[in-house]
Parts: sequence; C-alpha cells; structure tokens
Amino acid sequence: MKLPIYASTGQKVWYYSFRVICGLIFFFLIAPILIIIPLSFNATDFFTFTPEMLRLQPEGYSLKHYQDFFTNSDWQNAMRNSLKIAPVATLIAVVLGTIAAIGLSQSHVPFRRAIMATLISPMIVPLIISATGMYFFYARLGNYMVGTIGMNADVVEYIKIVLAHAALGIPFVIITVTATLVSFDRSLTRAAASMGAGPVRTFFKVQMPLIIPGVISGGLFAFITSFDEVVVVMFVGSAKNKTLPWQMFTGLREQISPTILAVATILVVLSVILLVTLELLRRRSERLRGLSPG
Amino acid sequence: MSQTQGTQPFVLFDNVQKSYDGITLVVKSFNLGIDKGEFITLLGPSGSGKTTCLMMLAGFETATHGDIFLDGRSINNIPPHKRGIGMVFQNYALFPHMTVAENLAFPLEVRGFSKAEREDKVRKVLDMVQMDKFGGRRPAQLSGGQQQRIALARALVFEPSLVLMDEPLGALDKQLREHMQFEIKHLHEKLGITVVYVTHDQSEALTMSDRIAVFNDGIVQQLAKPADLYERPTNAFVAQFIGENNKLKGRVKTLTGDTALVEFADGQQAEALAVNCKGVGQPTLCSIRPERVRIGSQASLYATEGQVIELIYLGDHIRCRMSVYGDDSFIVKIPNAGDGTMLSVGQTIKVGWDKNDCRALDA
Repeated sequence: MKLPIYASTGQKVWYYSFRVICGLIFFFLIAPILIIIPLSFNATDFFTFTPEMLRLQPEGYSLKHYQDFFTNSDWQNAMRNSLKIAPVATLIAVVLGTIAAIGLSQSHVPFRRAIMATLISPMIVPLIISATGMYFFYARLGNYMVGTIGMNADVVEYIKIVLAHAALGIPFVIITVTATLVSFDRSLTRAAASMGAGPVRTFFKVQMPLIIPGVISGGLFAFITSFDEVVVVMFVGSAKNKTLPWQMFTGLREQISPTILAVATILVVLSVILLVTLELLRRRSERLRGLSPG
Repeated sequence: MSQTQGTQPFVLFDNVQKSYDGITLVVKSFNLGIDKGEFITLLGPSGSGKTTCLMMLAGFETATHGDIFLDGRSINNIPPHKRGIGMVFQNYALFPHMTVAENLAFPLEVRGFSKAEREDKVRKVLDMVQMDKFGGRRPAQLSGGQQQRIALARALVFEPSLVLMDEPLGALDKQLREHMQFEIKHLHEKLGITVVYVTHDQSEALTMSDRIAVFNDGIVQQLAKPADLYERPTNAFVAQFIGENNKLKGRVKTLTGDTALVEFADGQQAEALAVNCKGVGQPTLCSIRPERVRIGSQASLYATEGQVIELIYLGDHIRCRMSVYGDDSFIVKIPNAGDGTMLSVGQTIKVGWDKNDCRALDA
C-alpha cells in the first residue's frame, strides 16, 4: 500500500512505524530459529560462536554434529520411532477427524456444538493435564491388553502412543475440514444422487476432491503435532519408544550436545520443504478446479 | 385414490403432506397426476411449498403423509439415487473439479457404460445443447448461460423419462432466460420426456407449460392449462398472481344460474359471472383483465361511468388508471390504434365489459 499524497503527518509517522513494528515481529519470530543453523556447524562441542566462526575461517566449521546424528544409535532409534509413530497417528487423526467434521456439519445432528467442543478439547486443555489423564487411562488399558489378552508389551506401548497422538491431532483436522466444508455446496451431493451415485461414490468422487485441501492441511498439523510432541509421549511411552523430541529433551537436560542443533536444523529444513510442497500442490489443485486463474 | 394399473398417471401425488417442524404443514394436501410426456409447472410465490413438492419427488425430502407414485410404483421408500430422475438445480450444481465432459460422463459412469459409449453419448448431448466445443473446459470457465446448458445436458444424458427443474433460469438475464425457455420447450418436445418445472415467474410458466399448478400457502389453488389459468381463474389468488388484474370489492345481491348481481362499494350494481362466490349476502371480489375493458363508444354492455385519474404512455398501449365503482386503482389498457382516441385526466367516460370477463371470485 502506497502512502497517499494527502496523508497527514500523523499518518506518515504511523505508515513508517507500522513497517518497523512488522519488521520487529518477524525478527523476533524468526531470529531464534535462524540462529541455530550456523551454530549447528560448530566445530566445538559447545553452544557458542567461537572466534574462528565469527572470523568465517573454515576450521571453525564442521559437520561433526550431523555425523553424530546419523551414526549415534540413540538418535537413529529416536528418529525411527518418530517416523513409525507420526504417520500412523496422522492417518488415524485424518480419517476420524474428516468423518467427524462431515457429520458435525449436517444440520440435523443433535448437540453439535457440545460434541464439537468435546472433540477439540485436547487442543484447549493444557497438555500436561491431557497427558496425566492419558497416563492413567492408557495404564489401565495397557495392563488389560498385556495381562489379560496377552499382547506383546512393546506393541501395546506403540498402540498407546499412536492413539494418544491421534487424539491430539484430531482437533486440527476437524477445524480445517469444517472450514473447507463451509464453502462446499450441498446441492452437489444432491446432484450426484440425482444422477444415480450412491453415498459412498458421492463421497469419494464429489465431496472428497473438493475438501481435500482442508484434509491435507489438517493432516499436516496432525503430523507436526505428533512429530513435535514430548509431554504425552513421556507419560504414556517408555524409553524404548523414545521419539525425536524426547531424545532432544534428554540431550538438552543431560549433555547439551550440539547434535541437538543439527537435528533442529534438519527438522526446520524438512518442515520448510513439506510446507512449500503442500502449498504448490494446493495451488495446482485450485488451478485445476478453475478457482483461480492459471 | 385407487391404484389400478394402466389408468394411473405416470407420476401421482396422492394426498401428500409435508411438515418440517411437526406443527405447520408446508404442503397441506397435494394431489397431482402427471401424464407421460407432459410439461407441468409448479408456480407460486416463495414459501408456497412448490420446491418442497419437487424435492419430495426427487427424494431429498420425505413426505410426512401420503404417497408418491412413479410409473405405478410407490417411491416413498426408494432413495434418491435409485429413482432414476434427472434434475436441474437452481445453481446448476456442476462439479467444479471435473471438466464439462467429465461432468456429463458422471451419470453414465455410475450406470456402468463403457468408455466408448460414454464418449459417444457425451458428444451427442453436447451437440444437442450446442456446446460441442466446450467438453474440455471447467465449469468456472463458462458463462452462466453455458453452465445452464451443461446442467441441462447432464440431466438428460442418461435418458431419464422424468426430469425435474428447480428454477433453472433464475440466475440468467432476461434475454437469455427467454431464449432458454424456448430451448427447453423444444428439447421437451423433441425428446418426449416428462418435465416437472418449478418457478415463481408466471410468464415463464405460461410460455413453457402444458399445465400449471398454482401454489399458495401449501395447497394447489388451481391446476389448469396456461390459457385457462389466465382466462378463467377460479379464485382471487390465481387471478391476482397470473397477469394484471382489476379487483372490485363487492357483495352478492342475487344469484341466478351462473350470473351474480354484485353491489359495489359506491352502491352501484353490475352483473358478473359467478365463479367462486359463496352465496347471497357474502362478500366477493370481481376480477376483470385490464385489456378486456372497453371505453367510450366501444363500451356497450354493463356500462358505467369512470373518471380518468392518470395516463401513462407505454408506446404500444396507454395505461389508464381510473376510478370505477369507487375503486381508484382500476386499470384499463387502451391499445394505441392511432385513431386519435385521446383522453385527458379528470375526464369522465363510459366504461364497460362483457359479463363473462367479470368473474365474481372469493373475497
């Protein structure tokens, strides 16, 4: 927005200070994340910028922390666990959240608001409280599954974490899918029915392709929730199922190894790639649907 | 109503009622038989229950009471997707994520047609609505009129014997709407399909329909051919809703055969055709079409005096508002014949009409 020619002094002052404020907000949001990237190439084992680094000398930098991440079995285990838990938890959250959102958007469902509030409560209730509740709930359930049914303790533990993470992810899916459903034209499902399509075909061929952007971004939030989550997993899981955030937390508390910085950098890069890919996909699908000009 | 086969119409509404809240009836008692190949229009103001009736036939609403028969079978318990009825929606309801050709192929795909058959039928139906070059476009890249044609084509492509249309031309401009009216009419004649059409536009209904059911307040006020509806309305609502109309309030003095002697507000009396007046001493509303009123030397029968209040020049005719029988909103359409019949405001002139054109209706 350009400053109009008739702007008063006050407006001019605000015009420039507004830009300064915006710049500061961006700086405070992004600087803490960016600062870890050069630090992760640190040649020493401390969280500091060495004089060599500041002088930009090559000997001040190294990839040893990245090497540590890719060779250390603790980190590799944590990575594997995270990758085993997050996608499955996301899948469950997406399926259940989408179905719930579609159901709750029908006007004839009784107590819609109450049900909606209950389903999104994991997002509102402080995590430590959810985690405590889940601990007691899943302890009983786990004991039953291992003791009475005789299931493998490791498998039970995995199921417990996946279910707990799915419950945390569902609110995000419900919110994003509900938002896309607002713009979904109900007469399209009627049109499909008038042409002979049953409810299942109508859902997959007509409704799903149109609400997919909401489903995907909900899934992305659910994935990140599970991938970043440290509190619930510490309550519900055991050391065998240590996830990446848990390992980072341990690393910070016990050894303050700069490997954490390397991991953080990798995660930041991965997140950026993920978001950019999704945005490109979303634009492509919008263009295909003719919603925005090519 | 009996359910004897063969004599039963193609579509039959048998005493259908609908209530959304269990208290007020949106559709009070709907009886309608539609023959094969007929073009029926449900006409009425918004909230009159016409769309609800259409939705019940399509299966998107369930009847609270009564039965709907299609081809001799009760369809109350058949879900919409198994009824095989084509439908054109008010907002077209084209699938935005599919191309025009994919939209048209959708009902064929559902019915398990092969790819070659689908392509063949899609091409034919695109030809039929003169959109053969648009198969690869998406609905968002089409104008309103083009989307309308595609919606029409999509409802016809699987060759249903019954097609429902819910105010399909409502969003088009006047010229395009009139053009599409003729096109739909011609398609109906060519394909021999049965059409149930919903609209609130009376001229649209008169142009297109074989028969029109005028709805108000949840009941059918009159079911008749367009000409009958205009010429011989059976109650005050229909007379008022279809076309322009003069309404003279009066009271029935005597009733002999089909002739009622009506006394008007200013004490004058005139004879009218008794259509729907309740009896001697009861209030009545006399309806006369503005174009049926004769003035001056042409006014022979049932003549009275009228005073000109306002004259509006409209080119092909002149609208004249006058005071007749104490009613100041009496309109007369005077054709602009160029014979120099010039009126002036304030002038008192003889006004008359044929007895049969003055219809005594319910008040």
